[in-house]
Amino acid sequence: MFKRNGMEKGIESLLFISAVAAVLALFLLCIFLFRDGILLFRDYPLSSFLTEKSWYPTSINPRFGLLPLLLGSVIVTVGAIVFAVPLGIAAAIYISELASPRVADILKPFTEILAGIPSVVFGFFGLVVLVPYIQDAFDLRTGQIALTGSIILGIMALPTIISISEDAISSVPRSIKEGSLALGSTKWQTIHKVTVPAALSGISAAVMLGIGRAIGETMTVMMVTGNTAIIPGFPSGLFEPVRTMTATIALEMGEVPQGSDHFHALFAIGSVLFITTFIINIVAGHIKTRYKFKL
Amino acid sequence: MFQNAKINEKIAFSLLRMAMGLVVLFVLVILYYIISNGYSVISLEFLTSMPAKRMTAGGIYPALVGTIYLIIGSMAFALPMGILAAVYLNEYAKPGKVTWLIEMAISNLAGTPSVVFGLFGLAMFVKYLGFGPSVLAASLTLALLILPVIIRASQEALITVPREYREASLALGVTKWQTIRRVVLPAAIPGMVTGAILSVGRVAGETAPILLTGAAYFLPRLPESAFSQFMALPYHLFVLATAGTNIAQTRPIQYGTALVLLIIVLGVNLFAIAIRNHYRKKMHR
Repeated sequence: MFKRNGMEKGIESLLFISAVAAVLALFLLCIFLFRDGILLFRDYPLSSFLTEKSWYPTSINPRFGLLPLLLGSVIVTVGAIVFAVPLGIAAAIYISELASPRVADILKPFTEILAGIPSVVFGFFGLVVLVPYIQDAFDLRTGQIALTGSIILGIMALPTIISISEDAISSVPRSIKEGSLALGSTKWQTIHKVTVPAALSGISAAVMLGIGRAIGETMTVMMVTGNTAIIPGFPSGLFEPVRTMTATIALEMGEVPQGSDHFHALFAIGSVLFITTFIINIVAGHIKTRYKFKL
Repeated sequence: MFQNAKINEKIAFSLLRMAMGLVVLFVLVILYYIISNGYSVISLEFLTSMPAKRMTAGGIYPALVGTIYLIIGSMAFALPMGILAAVYLNEYAKPGKVTWLIEMAISNLAGTPSVVFGLFGLAMFVKYLGFGPSVLAASLTLALLILPVIIRASQEALITVPREYREASLALGVTKWQTIRRVVLPAAIPGMVTGAILSVGRVAGETAPILLTGAAYFLPRLPESAFSQFMALPYHLFVLATAGTNIAQTRPIQYGTALVLLIIVLGVNLFAIAIRNHYRKKMHR
């Protein structure tokens, strides 16, 4: 009997250790990321990293300014969200409120296909199909511009926005909708005055996670946005090549001597990226736990 | 007044339909381009021969094998770890600070950009632990990336096991772990397998993390050990499409590689759905 209890305890500890490994992984990730990132600030103070307007990592007087890369990420992400959010929410409303259950059962896995396609395939599609098209359509020098990145990133963020919004909209209790319909409202009035407002916090969580997905995407933006590190104008910058934080890390890490300032600067950018998505995740998680409909 | 509302509804509904149609169109256009341009390239020879003439001819064999190694390597770490963690969270954990911390860590790992995992893998596995750019370093990095996916899928599978199963077993005087091993896990396995298979697709498609932890531009041979560099399908596609010796000339190989990737990822998804449906029928019998 005693032995059996001992084994039970042992197994519980083993399981506990496996679960705590996730915490350990996150902890180590922070340590290793920040440790190499902070080393940049020995030679280049944090203030210059945050306010310097240019990114010339390989010139004789190297400049490590975060701004052009941060704003590059922001403009591409904003462009993606502006087009993916209305489209994604509309599709989610269609799936949960208009489509028959049978059609919805087909549409849901169909949109999930988008989530499965690897980012490098999206990038490849963007490069061979969308880039030449954009170049012709707007009569530009190159089609590798922020807008192209925004369009592809928007498509990539769609499955996240659709599936989480759809969950939120379907979780609105039927009694509330029926109450509105019984008062003589049309189905559309019910959707946009009752159902969608009731699901709003869930929808906002979906938008947050969509932003997180877009800002962290690497291969796609690297292949279609041209990668020029200049501070983009707004909105004119949408039609110029930009370079994002993610693309900078992936492009430059291969050619950097380990332990150099440039090496540490790339880790500093990684840290900024990590902190950004960390905040987005915390906020989205907070909104999501609050929206659970209480009856 | 009511007339207006009816007209508004008509307009709104047609806009919603158009939005849905546009999303479906995106999927179809992307699939169409890759499939129609790629299918004539794929042959047994394409899959089993080495790249030739500075990658402008030949096949994708080393990249395909590299991707398979990465799948096996990352699964070997992430699958047992993820399932055990899910069992703990679902069967043992009590609400409290520690459980909150674990759940928070899992959600945040899931939302961390893959290139950040790449940086971490580079700093910890490649440099600090001294594995060098290698299959091992990349597999471990990818394992961390899919760990949250596997934990979440396994948790969902465990939740669907009815409480009566556990209570019936415990009532017979069986211990908690024996109950989990003999009753709960067998019932939850199909759901867990589905989650695991889905993350295979993720491993096959990820590029940024392996770019920083050991993927090679070109290797004339297969990796010899876990400490060798390797080629992989997504990185191969990236290299050919952006930095190859002759981008226009290798376009067919690019389409072929993209299609092979797509087939692996989507095939794996269909397979997972088929398994789930198969077991669902079995459970209901």
